[in-house]
Amino acid sequence: MRSDGRLLRGAVLAAVGAGLLAPIALGLWETLRPAFGVLPALGRTAWSLEPWAELAALPGVRTSLMLTLWTGIGSTVLSLLLALGAAAALYDRIGGGRGGRWLTPFLAIPHAAMAVGLAFVLAPSGWLARLLAEPLGWTRPPDIASVNDPWGLALMIGLMIKEIPFLLLVILAALGQLPVRRHMAMGRALGYGRGIVWIKVIVPQLWPLIRLPVWVVLSYALSNVDMALVLGPSTPPVLAVAVMRWFTDPDITMLLPASAGAILQAGVVLAGVALFRAAELAAARLGRWWLRRGGRGLSFEPGLVLARGLVLALLATGALAMLSLAVWSVAWRWSFPHVLPESWSAKPWQMAERGWREVLGNTLLLALASVGVSLALAVAWLEGEDRARRGRAGWAEALIYLPLLLPQIGFLYGLNVVFLRLGVGGTTLAVIWAQALFVFPYVMITLSDPWRALDPRLVNAAAALGASPLRRLWAVKLPVLLHPIATAAAIGVAVSVAQYLPTLFMGAGRVPTLTTEAVTLSSGADRRIVGVYATLQAALPFAAYGLAFLIPALLHRNRADLRGTA
Amino acid sequence: MSLRLEALEIVGPGGALFRPLSLEVARGTVVTVMGPSGVGKSTLLDAIGGHLAHGFRARGRVVLNGRDVTGIAPERRRIGLMFQDALLFPHLSVGDNLAFGLPPSVRGRAARAARVDQALEDAGLAGFGDRDPASLSGGQRARAALMRTLLAAPDALLLDEPFSKLDAGLRDELRSFTRSHVETARIPALLVTHDPEDAAAMGGGVVQLGA
Repeated sequence: MRSDGRLLRGAVLAAVGAGLLAPIALGLWETLRPAFGVLPALGRTAWSLEPWAELAALPGVRTSLMLTLWTGIGSTVLSLLLALGAAAALYDRIGGGRGGRWLTPFLAIPHAAMAVGLAFVLAPSGWLARLLAEPLGWTRPPDIASVNDPWGLALMIGLMIKEIPFLLLVILAALGQLPVRRHMAMGRALGYGRGIVWIKVIVPQLWPLIRLPVWVVLSYALSNVDMALVLGPSTPPVLAVAVMRWFTDPDITMLLPASAGAILQAGVVLAGVALFRAAELAAARLGRWWLRRGGRGLSFEPGLVLARGLVLALLATGALAMLSLAVWSVAWRWSFPHVLPESWSAKPWQMAERGWREVLGNTLLLALASVGVSLALAVAWLEGEDRARRGRAGWAEALIYLPLLLPQIGFLYGLNVVFLRLGVGGTTLAVIWAQALFVFPYVMITLSDPWRALDPRLVNAAAALGASPLRRLWAVKLPVLLHPIATAAAIGVAVSVAQYLPTLFMGAGRVPTLTTEAVTLSSGADRRIVGVYATLQAALPFAAYGLAFLIPALLHRNRADLRGTA
Repeated sequence: MSLRLEALEIVGPGGALFRPLSLEVARGTVVTVMGPSGVGKSTLLDAIGGHLAHGFRARGRVVLNGRDVTGIAPERRRIGLMFQDALLFPHLSVGDNLAFGLPPSVRGRAARAARVDQALEDAGLAGFGDRDPASLSGGQRARAALMRTLLAAPDALLLDEPFSKLDAGLRDELRSFTRSHVETARIPALLVTHDPEDAAAMGGGVVQLGA
């Protein structure tokens, strides 16, 4: 029995090490070498700081860096504050897990599709301007850069619309583990206002539970490429976009400063996380002093109301953005300032049909393969923990989060070098592999809690009836956990479909997906065609979530104890 | 032919849970182990059944029908389990739950279905085969769980406060139901409980578990 568990755990460890850790470590290494002057393909074999000097001399690099810090840290701090405020204001109504359901569309939609939709809404000729046109008497789109603005405000709005729902979900899940109602009652009975109890009592308990997801949000906001391409400033763009452009520059000597930029990007994320950690420690110190003063301060209520209002406004904008994708994809004539298309047609779909069919096929294949691999590995990992009858070590937990904390651009170029050396560069296999690096952590994180929440006595009962470990897994655990497994798979599909940079870098442009096409087309192509691709891109995760809800509901329609568990 | 514990003790992260325990349960009888809550009664059953969690170690021997089962995997010990929650598998119908326990040596769909139907009838659950376990009452669930355990033809039975969640009338009914089935199956059974009435109703010996 014990040896079986050991074998399985050894296999999982080997798979995670060779499949997950090694590619990331080697990718980093192969980016680090050209960043310090070593690029044998160009005859450079000596270590030097020259690429860094070249990087510093590139036009716009300083502005890019400032833009990255401003949009990344700004959007994360605002998202966190708004999500915390909204959770405090809404907890009574949407608390207890079930409330998170209405957030699902915002979580499911890929970043790029949301960005395209937001561009449709926010652009000078977008939906918002059309809605304002009549009352303000506009006949032509206003002459303001409301998208791709040099301050990166449109990008920040886009990031916040995607990250606030994620943080809200994480916060609501964490609140479920805390005695919020009793602490709230206790605090208010001691004379503290609702907002103050939230800040002084609940948030300090909450923070350790949401720290890692907040870091993931920060890392993403500092290093995302697809949203920044669609919504962000373009000359100069944020650092990650600039680095991507240098990597794909026809002049291959640009690889050297590009690699230095990639390492700089990794440093920026590291510094961002360090900054958050330092702020946390400082807040803990100051907070204790503040707590000891015992101020009852009843004045935070307006802040909570404001947070709730802003979150609802952002989410409404996001909903409008999703809707606009579908509307544009079936619009035919739609001139400014009409609020709705003057004529509707399926022609955009027909015109682009040959294109989207192939690309949809690619996207589906990548999603199924990367989710299949990730799910199998996650189940093997969790089953290994069960058979060893032990929980997860801290280092293993950190390992799972690693791919989400590192900026993708920091190691994807190097990973491509490694894949080329292995002879799989530019193939579908390479793209599946690279996507699985990011799908697996989300699948694992989603599945871990429900898996551990399964009553071990149920499994013991099966063992006592003579069921072997394999039969306990197949006949008891997997069916009982069908709903969380399906949910994890749906989240995996959403993550896979959303991958832009790994698909682009590993596929060498030969494996187009809905995401790469939507992002490419978004700069300048016909809005109706962009609408078709972005609608499909959003539809895939929605369909996955729908199936994740329907399949268990159908299979377990007559099983009351399995309904409503997720 | 019996279940025998020889100086069995369990060492957890905080040291030994209770003094080494030796006892013998003859076939067809129920021995009751009593002790205050938290002393490790459930953990004792985990050790006998082979379900100890990580961090716990058993010392001593568990001997079943002359066979030392101490180091054997739980599914090969042939020791059945009953909890206070019936723990029917929530994804299977009542009938499929019983069929889960039925050994594969009973071959043929008709033969297996007949055995399950017979067991359901014995438990006063005739016609309940297709039902969702969640739709059963507490007493019905407990009886179904006992039949599932007995269909696996165990060599011994462990009962972990199986009556404590039932109301008084049902408790009496289920005690005699359990006792009569243990006698019919002619297997040794070990019951842990903190209710002296359980011990009295089972008629076997009583052992106090002490720290």
